[in-house]
Amino acid sequence: MKFIDEFRDGGIARGLIQKIEKSSSRPIQLMEVCGTHTVSIFRYGIRKLIPPQIQLISGPGCPVCVTPNSDIDYAIALSRRKDVILVTFGDMMRVPGSTSSLLKEKAEGRDIRVVYSSLDALKIAEENPDKKVVFFAIGFETTSPTIAVAILHAKEERLRNLFFLNSQKKIPPAIFTLLQSKRVKINGFILPGHVSTIIGSDPYQFIAKEFFRPAVITGFEPLDILQGIWMLVRQIEEGRAEIEIQYKRVVHKEGNPLALRKVLEVFEINQAQWRGLGWIPESGYRFKASFQELDARNLYVEVETPREHPECKCGEVLQGIKTPLQCRLFRIVCNPENPVGPCMVSVEGTCQAYYKFQS
Amino acid sequence: MGVEKILLAHGSGGRLTHDLIHQLLLPRFQNPFLLPLDDSARIPNQTTQVAFTTDSYVVNPLFFPGGDIGKLAICGTVNDLSMIGATPAFLSLSLIIEEGFPVSELERILSSIRDTVEEAKVQIVTGDIKVVEHGAADKLFINTAGIGWIRPGIHLSGMNAKPGDRILLNGFIGDHEIAILSERENFKFQGELKSDCAPLNDLIQRMLDVSPSIRCMRDPTRGGLATALNEIASKSKVGMVIEEEKILIRESVKGICELLGLDPFYLANEGKLIAICPEGETDRLLEAMRSHPLGRESEVIGRVVDEHPQKVVLRTLIGGHRILDMLTGGQYPRIC
Repeated sequence: MKFIDEFRDGGIARGLIQKIEKSSSRPIQLMEVCGTHTVSIFRYGIRKLIPPQIQLISGPGCPVCVTPNSDIDYAIALSRRKDVILVTFGDMMRVPGSTSSLLKEKAEGRDIRVVYSSLDALKIAEENPDKKVVFFAIGFETTSPTIAVAILHAKEERLRNLFFLNSQKKIPPAIFTLLQSKRVKINGFILPGHVSTIIGSDPYQFIAKEFFRPAVITGFEPLDILQGIWMLVRQIEEGRAEIEIQYKRVVHKEGNPLALRKVLEVFEINQAQWRGLGWIPESGYRFKASFQELDARNLYVEVETPREHPECKCGEVLQGIKTPLQCRLFRIVCNPENPVGPCMVSVEGTCQAYYKFQS
Repeated sequence: MGVEKILLAHGSGGRLTHDLIHQLLLPRFQNPFLLPLDDSARIPNQTTQVAFTTDSYVVNPLFFPGGDIGKLAICGTVNDLSMIGATPAFLSLSLIIEEGFPVSELERILSSIRDTVEEAKVQIVTGDIKVVEHGAADKLFINTAGIGWIRPGIHLSGMNAKPGDRILLNGFIGDHEIAILSERENFKFQGELKSDCAPLNDLIQRMLDVSPSIRCMRDPTRGGLATALNEIASKSKVGMVIEEEKILIRESVKGICELLGLDPFYLANEGKLIAICPEGETDRLLEAMRSHPLGRESEVIGRVVDEHPQKVVLRTLIGGHRILDMLTGGQYPRIC
């Protein structure tokens, strides 16, 4: 497959691994911020191919995993309204909220539908004029432009029955919070390729300038990741701290200005609540005044007080402070069939990656 | 039949049921076992072991590239019988139809059943029709049960795999589930992707002819290749090492998997089989498989090992290793 198979070549991989081995002189910890990286690293067995002194830590880059219970509870409460059709991405279905999940609510007979694109919500709203259709809008910068476009369409078509429960997040402020924390020790970052196609490399400059850590925007194929690791090792060994782009075939320095403009037509930047990281300034969005009528938070529902399982370590796993193996629930109580925390639900979640791919 | 839609009365057991059987079913499934139309079919006594299985089919959509619910209902049961080395002989056919279902679509499905039954050389000898109220079923559900005769000397079981054995697979994985998914979700491809849905009994007979000591066979349907391998590893209490580069996946399947974040190892197949054989028989078996139209792309995909019992390890394209676990959670509902 073009642009896929070339990046899975065993011979080139061995060459890159040798380069990493030659360049690496001391123990380091690298964080792969994005859940897609985590899965790819496990899927190709990359952890065991690189020298043992290079430790890969999984970060908070799984949109399902960082969605706080309060937002999931809100979606559940909305789905219980008889006049509501709740529309969501498939991964959200099984995430446990405080006392229920969307999957359990669906089994109770609520009208909850899974879509692949936010634009599908428009169609459902058009087909069900007597219902309020609520799209549970989660995702990072990669997803936000399509959500913004769906909202602009809804406004243009004067769809009065479509609403958005906004829980979108921005990645760079979360990295800022991690770097400020004394508990997190990271020597360099493998930055998300797809988020960066939208935002470019400039929003990450603080990593190098303020915190003197190197970072490489990296693609998702095994050769991309190995090359990204090699670029990071070289920066560390040479005492450099720069934001480099490995994923040049897709990511440009300035990102995608058109997509960014669409997002800011609809939203303004606001604080957001992250599971495990708490409230982070400027890490999310709120509706601009002119789009208020599309905000699902204006629909009245009673939402329960959020509660989390006291033993669940998803919060610390998301910060790279603990690995899933250090959680008492892992495997024994918490598994993909019966997930306690969101990191076990999502295919991009660190706990599920550990469960599925590591003995 | 003079009507366009199935009515509740078609399932009443009265005149309309009679018409349905005589006009739509009997012309397609004529054989001496079915014709008496008694409450049960009479099967002559056999001296060999009898294999007996059943499966229900609820696939959505009913028609998909490469097949339909009818073809699936025959292939699924024929293949289940074949996997333990039985020669499929007789099938039952039960239809649960939603009131209002178009007769034209029913006819299309029945014709497809007839064609598949002929291809698999089996006979439908008994059956049933129920019609339920609108909304009580989704268009059409089918149940088939089947019996087959096991050849003397053949003993295929998931418990038989032994260290040193080789693992063979008869071609591309994931076609069925991606064909269903793309039909349901309206994905458009360049080039056509079809379900691999096919009766495997003829291929399996040829395999057993050349290698009667095949240890076990399994069709990787729901849960995909990874789940089927894990079931065998677990039952036989052995480990397995699978070579990723030997697993064939079509470009269109890869593309959709990349797009939706699916793992092809967990996608359902309806015309694939895993065979495990003693090392010494590998070449002969592979040659026999490749000489059959349904086995042309067969490969030796891995081996059974002593180490890591009950675990399947995948050697990845770049030389890393990872555990290939069972499917946990569902990927997608109603694919068969």
